[in-house]
Amino acid sequence: MRLYAVVAAGGFRRYATYRVATFAGVFTNTVFGFIMAYTYTALWDERPHLGGYDLSQAVTYVWLGQALLMTCAMMGGGFEDELIERIRTGDIAVDLYRPADLQLWWMAGDLGRAAFHLLGRGIVPMVLGSFAFELALPRDPLTWLAFLFAVMLGVVVSFAIRFLVALSAFWLMDGAGAAQMAMLAGMFFSGLLLPLNLFPGVLGEVARALPWSSLLQVPADVFLGKHTGWDLAGAYAFQAGWALALLATGRLLQTVATRRVVVQGG
Amino acid sequence: MAEEAITEASVEASGEASVEASVEARAEGVPAAEAWIPRVSRRAALRDGLRAYGLIVGMWMRSTMAYRASFVMTAFGNFAATAFDFVAILLMFAHVDALGGYSLPEVAFLYGTSATAFGLSDLALGSMDRLGRRVRDGTLDTLLLRPVPVLAQVAADRFALRRLGRIAQGLLVLGYALLTVDIDWTVTRALMLPMMVLSGAAIFSAVFVAGAAFQFWAQDASEVQNSFTYGGTTLLQYPPTLFAKDLVRGVTFVVPLAFVNWIPALYVLGREDPLGLPDLAAFLPPLVAVVCCALAGVAWRAGLRAYRSTGS
Amino acid sequence: MSTDGTGFIELDGVEKVFDVRRKAGLLRREKHQVRAVDGISFRVPRGEMVGYIGPNGAGKSTTIKMLTGILTPSGGRLRVAGIDPSRERTRLAQRIGVVFGQRTTLWWDLPLIDSYRLMHRMYRVPDARFRVNLERCVELLDLAELLDVPVRQLSLGQRMRGDIAAALLHDPEVLYLDEPTIGLDVISKAKVREFLRDLNAERGTTVLLTTHDLTDIEQLCKRVMVIDHGRLLYDGGLAGLHEVGESERTLVVDLERELPPIEVPGARAVRVEGPRQWLAFPAAESAAPLVARIAAEYPLVDLSVREPDIEAVIAKMYADRSAV
Repeated sequence: MRLYAVVAAGGFRRYATYRVATFAGVFTNTVFGFIMAYTYTALWDERPHLGGYDLSQAVTYVWLGQALLMTCAMMGGGFEDELIERIRTGDIAVDLYRPADLQLWWMAGDLGRAAFHLLGRGIVPMVLGSFAFELALPRDPLTWLAFLFAVMLGVVVSFAIRFLVALSAFWLMDGAGAAQMAMLAGMFFSGLLLPLNLFPGVLGEVARALPWSSLLQVPADVFLGKHTGWDLAGAYAFQAGWALALLATGRLLQTVATRRVVVQGG
Repeated sequence: MAEEAITEASVEASGEASVEASVEARAEGVPAAEAWIPRVSRRAALRDGLRAYGLIVGMWMRSTMAYRASFVMTAFGNFAATAFDFVAILLMFAHVDALGGYSLPEVAFLYGTSATAFGLSDLALGSMDRLGRRVRDGTLDTLLLRPVPVLAQVAADRFALRRLGRIAQGLLVLGYALLTVDIDWTVTRALMLPMMVLSGAAIFSAVFVAGAAFQFWAQDASEVQNSFTYGGTTLLQYPPTLFAKDLVRGVTFVVPLAFVNWIPALYVLGREDPLGLPDLAAFLPPLVAVVCCALAGVAWRAGLRAYRSTGS
Repeated sequence: MSTDGTGFIELDGVEKVFDVRRKAGLLRREKHQVRAVDGISFRVPRGEMVGYIGPNGAGKSTTIKMLTGILTPSGGRLRVAGIDPSRERTRLAQRIGVVFGQRTTLWWDLPLIDSYRLMHRMYRVPDARFRVNLERCVELLDLAELLDVPVRQLSLGQRMRGDIAAALLHDPEVLYLDEPTIGLDVISKAKVREFLRDLNAERGTTVLLTTHDLTDIEQLCKRVMVIDHGRLLYDGGLAGLHEVGESERTLVVDLERELPPIEVPGARAVRVEGPRQWLAFPAAESAAPLVARIAAEYPLVDLSVREPDIEAVIAKMYADRSAV
């Protein structure tokens, strides 16, 4: 346990060293936040209460999207490129013989990264956004806590997906293709471009049932007070269910892949 | 399409390269009598830069073809990523008839012109944001050892044909817009279309070059560039009426992205400019593009000079 | 032009000062200056092969970067083939070749020959000239089998040979080599050295070589320059290094039987092992009088003289300087 805490701290520090990059990223998140907030304002002016949000909730959704974009790695990026590279070059054999669990090792690092991105890239754009737009911030501190928990589950789901993507490099020549598909799915089905409750008909139902909705739609709804009581428990169960299913699949793949590496002698 | 994009791109790249080359020749302390000499070589430098850009692009294209399957996949991904962007707009219009007073075909017109212009400059110079990394790991030095302008080499670096996917998507949306939008076509308005796409590509290219120049000082700041390139094209895909006046003023007078498509497109669509600029402004994009490229050239050569005196 | 006949490469009091910002407190940054090259002057005549050595951070690569025009000097005067590198970088580029041992300029995913074709066109080498140069490099560097192999599949030694060829296709008059043998196996090293020696002898190409492998210097260069803390510590023949470094040679003496350490003026016993003794004496002194004296006073069986290790000499030089 202690080992994984150290790994997580390492993940945090690793991203914290790039100050200029963080600053530049905050700038980008803010610019995109502004553009999208204005667009949503026009949309909700036309159709108030669209998707069950009022205007300030819709704009808040935009800024939450920018705050969680990096935290939940909706468009990928983070550990998986490195893991793919290690698989490609065969360095992975070293990792497999380490007395630490491969999946937990990388997850700890990714949680550390997510914690940094939430603090370093999430807060400032949100604050800047709140100067220009009226945001629907929760009054109840418990809602904030509930939100943070939903974000954490979202990060785990995101990790589990990207871990699968990375492991695919054991079988595919080039991990880039899988990573790109995952990026596309993450961008669209997380609700980053448009809240999933605005997706019509079957598309909407499918989108809301896919794991990617755990990355933004669910945490955002928790933040906006759409899930309370048993409903909140249901939202958590949805996220946790996907997290467990995906992590288990990852573990299975990892076992098969390990056997493969061992058979090939590294 | 591919050829067209490439030629167009090389013209831009070398246009800027010439500025750099002539300045290098001019560096401090050259006697006044020789001051005009760089002007003569400016043309040669332009030709050199263009040629070098073409040579390096050719190498990257051949490298790409070494992984053909990967190329097809990433080109499709590039197409799909931008397509989702437009799907989001379609989904919005599933709920409303107009956004900021603009119909779907009109928004598609804005989207198509912005995406195509950006796609062209992205194809030509899209990897310039790697400059910071090159400075950090020292590989920029190897480019400085070659007898061709550095800007041409950096511009051609990692040339990625897969970016045709983005141009294809932009053109598709533009085609859809032209089929559905209600425009009172005149010769001027028809000519306006290629003019704004090409000038727009040049304006975005200037942003790419200026952004790369900034990285001579701030090596990790490639994301700032993204705000103006990717952020810029996203902004221009929506009608200007959506945004606060100050923001529109900013992208008109400070970073003149509005000249990529907003100002000329509003003219073509027969709409009022939200800032009340005269119709004449719609004809300015080529001029704005030239000024932007010149300024980007100045920024680039200042950046390169700073690099050569500090080495980092 | 401005060459005064003596030097093909000329440096007069060349300096390079960097401003370095250091964190001082939470937000404050302190600016201070680092003199990476601190007034270096030397001349290298056309056709000479010179070793340029020094510890990491001594100013070697900063000097090379100024010589190639990558960096602008902060002070002093610098000319290569009469050209001011920082001012006419692209013109100079046609006349110099550079090989960075740890950084390939070849195209990773393409066959080796493609990189050469790019050089051909980028440097505008006349076709006939290019063919001759390529043939020569291919023959001497043993590249025939490798031309159609993608660079990523080449071994380190093969890639280095490939890189050297790439730097020579445009007939450069001067070749800068930065660690050309780093990471290579013994055979590849020998091949590279032999090629450089021939190149210098036949073509009269001026070569400036930085390296950590002093065997490179011993086998290739008559002249060596040592730099540390941005200043030249030594510039001269390889042999002269020993005098400057106050190095010592060793006389290994085998006696008939075990004896107490030999005592003779001008030498001291540094080690005794049974009948064998090691005596150190200044490298600049002749061994003959010493040998005569020992032969006269001790029961001598056999003896041999060991030359000082150049590595040790240079290490001593650095140490002496740091002590000052």
